[in-house]
Amino acid sequence: MTSDAAIEASGLRKSYGKVVALDGVDLRAPAGTVLGLLGPNGAGKTTAVRILATLLGADGGSARVAGLDVDADAGALRAKIGLAGQYAAVDENLTGAENLQLVGRLYHLPRGEPRARSAELLERFGLSDAADRLVRTYSGGMRRRLDLAAALVSRPPVLFLDEPTTGLDPRSRIDLWETIEDRVSKGTTVLLTTQYLDEADRLADRIAVIDHGRLLAEGSSDELKDRFGGERLDLTLEDRGQADAATAALQPIVSGPPSDLPSGALCFPVERRQGTIAAAVRRLDEAGIGIDDVAMHRPTLDDVFLGLTGRAASEAEDGGPPAAGDDRA
Amino acid sequence: MSGLRDSLSDTLVLARRSLMRIQRAPDLLVSFTVQPIMFVLLFVYVFGGAISTPGYDYVDFLIPGIVVQTMAFGGFVTALGLSEDLKKGLVDRFRSLPMSRAAVLAGRTFADIATNTVSLAIMIVVGLIAGFSFGAPALDVIAGIGLMLLFGYAFSWVFAFVGLVSSSPESSQAFGFIVIFPLTFISSAFVPVDSMPAVLRAFAEVNPFTITVDAMRALWLGTPAGNNVWQAALWAIGIATVFAALSVNRYKRAVIR
Repeated sequence: MTSDAAIEASGLRKSYGKVVALDGVDLRAPAGTVLGLLGPNGAGKTTAVRILATLLGADGGSARVAGLDVDADAGALRAKIGLAGQYAAVDENLTGAENLQLVGRLYHLPRGEPRARSAELLERFGLSDAADRLVRTYSGGMRRRLDLAAALVSRPPVLFLDEPTTGLDPRSRIDLWETIEDRVSKGTTVLLTTQYLDEADRLADRIAVIDHGRLLAEGSSDELKDRFGGERLDLTLEDRGQADAATAALQPIVSGPPSDLPSGALCFPVERRQGTIAAAVRRLDEAGIGIDDVAMHRPTLDDVFLGLTGRAASEAEDGGPPAAGDDRA
Repeated sequence: MSGLRDSLSDTLVLARRSLMRIQRAPDLLVSFTVQPIMFVLLFVYVFGGAISTPGYDYVDFLIPGIVVQTMAFGGFVTALGLSEDLKKGLVDRFRSLPMSRAAVLAGRTFADIATNTVSLAIMIVVGLIAGFSFGAPALDVIAGIGLMLLFGYAFSWVFAFVGLVSSSPESSQAFGFIVIFPLTFISSAFVPVDSMPAVLRAFAEVNPFTITVDAMRALWLGTPAGNNVWQAALWAIGIATVFAALSVNRYKRAVIR
C-alpha cells in the first residue's frame, strides 16, 4: 500500500445475515482529493463509509485511513476523521453553538478551544444569527450545515460525507458544495457518497460506481464517460407501442438495445455521431413509424450509470434532489 | 491516551447534555414531579382506606413502597433518550469521535441520579404532608435515601439496555410498562404479601422489589431489617453491573435503524 493515499481499502466484504452489502470492494483516495462513491440506494455506499469511519467491522478485507488501520488503530483514527451523515446528527434540544461545543469537548480540544471553534464555524456556515437558537427551530438546510460543521470541529484531515445533500433545496446544495470545495482546497481528503450524478461530476476527482456491493468502475468523470458512455441517440415515438418495431428498424445502425429514459424516450447507444440522425429518420420513415423527437446527446454520468447498472439514476433525472418530504427530520 | 480522566470528562459533558434536555423540553419534568405526587395521593386517599396493613398506618406502609417503584422507573428517560439518539444518528456521531465507549451511557445514567433525587425529595415532602412519619434514626433514614439512589441508578442501566435494543422510543416505554410495572405490583410495595393468592405470594417473597421495599421499611420505619438491607444493596449492585456490561457491549455494535 502506498503511503500517499489518505483512504485505501482492499477487498472489503460485509454481509448482514444473507444480504451481501459489500462483496470485495477496493477504494483509493490520494490525500487532498475527493473520491465520489456513486450508486443506487442499497448499493453498499453507506456500509463502506461505516466501515471506513470505524463504526462497523468488515467481514473481510482491510482498510487504512490517514495511515491508520480501521480495525487495529480505530481509537487513534477517530481523532483524524469527521463524519457527516444523511441524517443530520445534531441534538435538537441544544442550540447550534452548544452542539458544536459538545462535539469539541468530546474531541478533547484544549480548554477554551471548543467555544472559539464553534463561533468560527457558525460564522463560516452562515449560522451566527441562529447560534443561540435551539436546533429544533432550524430548517433542514441549516441542520445539514450544522451537521457538516460538527464534522469539521477538530479540523480532521479526512472527511466522510454520506449523501450530504439528500433532501436539500438547490440553494443549500450549492452552499454545501462550495464549503466542501473550500475544505478540499485546504488539503482535506473527502469520501463522498451520493446518488446525484451532478454532485459527483462537480465535486469528485475520482468516481467509484458501486452496485450490489461490487465496484463496477472507477475513474475520473471524463474517463468514465469516455469508457462507458458513448454517443447516444434519444428517440421519442409518436406511439410508444411501436418501440419494438423501432428497435428492429434501427438495429443495423445502433450498437445495442435501447434503455428507457424517464421522459419516455428510448435511448440507443451508437458508434458514430456523423449521419446517425439522418439514417435513423430514413429507416423509421420506411418502417412507417412516426417520430415525435430525435436527438443525439454526448454521454453524461447518467449514461455511465445506466450502462453500468442497467438502470437510470432516476432520483437525479432533473439534476436536482427530490422534493423535501422524506422521513428525515 | 489519558483514559480515565477523559472518560470522566466525557461522561460529565454528556450528563450535562441530558439535564439540559429536561430544561429545554420540560414535558419530561411532569413524570418526575407531578406523577409521583399523583401516585402518593391516589394510593393514600383512594386505596388507603380499603387496604389493611396491621400495625401501620397505610401512609407509613405505602411511602417506602411507592418510592421504590418511582425510583425503578426514574431511568426511563435514559431509554427514551438513547433510543432517540440511535434513531437520529447521534449515536453514530458519538461512536465516530475519539471518546470513551461507555460515556454516552454513563452520562445518561449519571444524569438520572439528579432527576431521581428531585423525585425522591418531592415524594418525601408530599408523604410527610399526607401524614407519613419516619420511625427510625436519622442515619438509617439517610442510608435509605442512599439505597434508593443506588437502586434507581441500577434501573437506569436496565433502561439503557432497553433503549439500545428497542426499535423506537415508544417501544422502549412500552417495555417499562409491560415488564417492570407488574413486577413492582407483585411485591410488598402496596399490599402485605400475605394477602396474595399462594402462587403470587411465592413469587412476591423472592421478588427483589419485595426485598428492597422491606429494606426501606426497615430503614425508614424501624421494622426488623433481617438481611434485607444488605440483600437489597447487593441486588442493586448486581443489576447495575450486569446491565452496564450488556449495554456497553451492545452500544459498541449499535447500528442505526
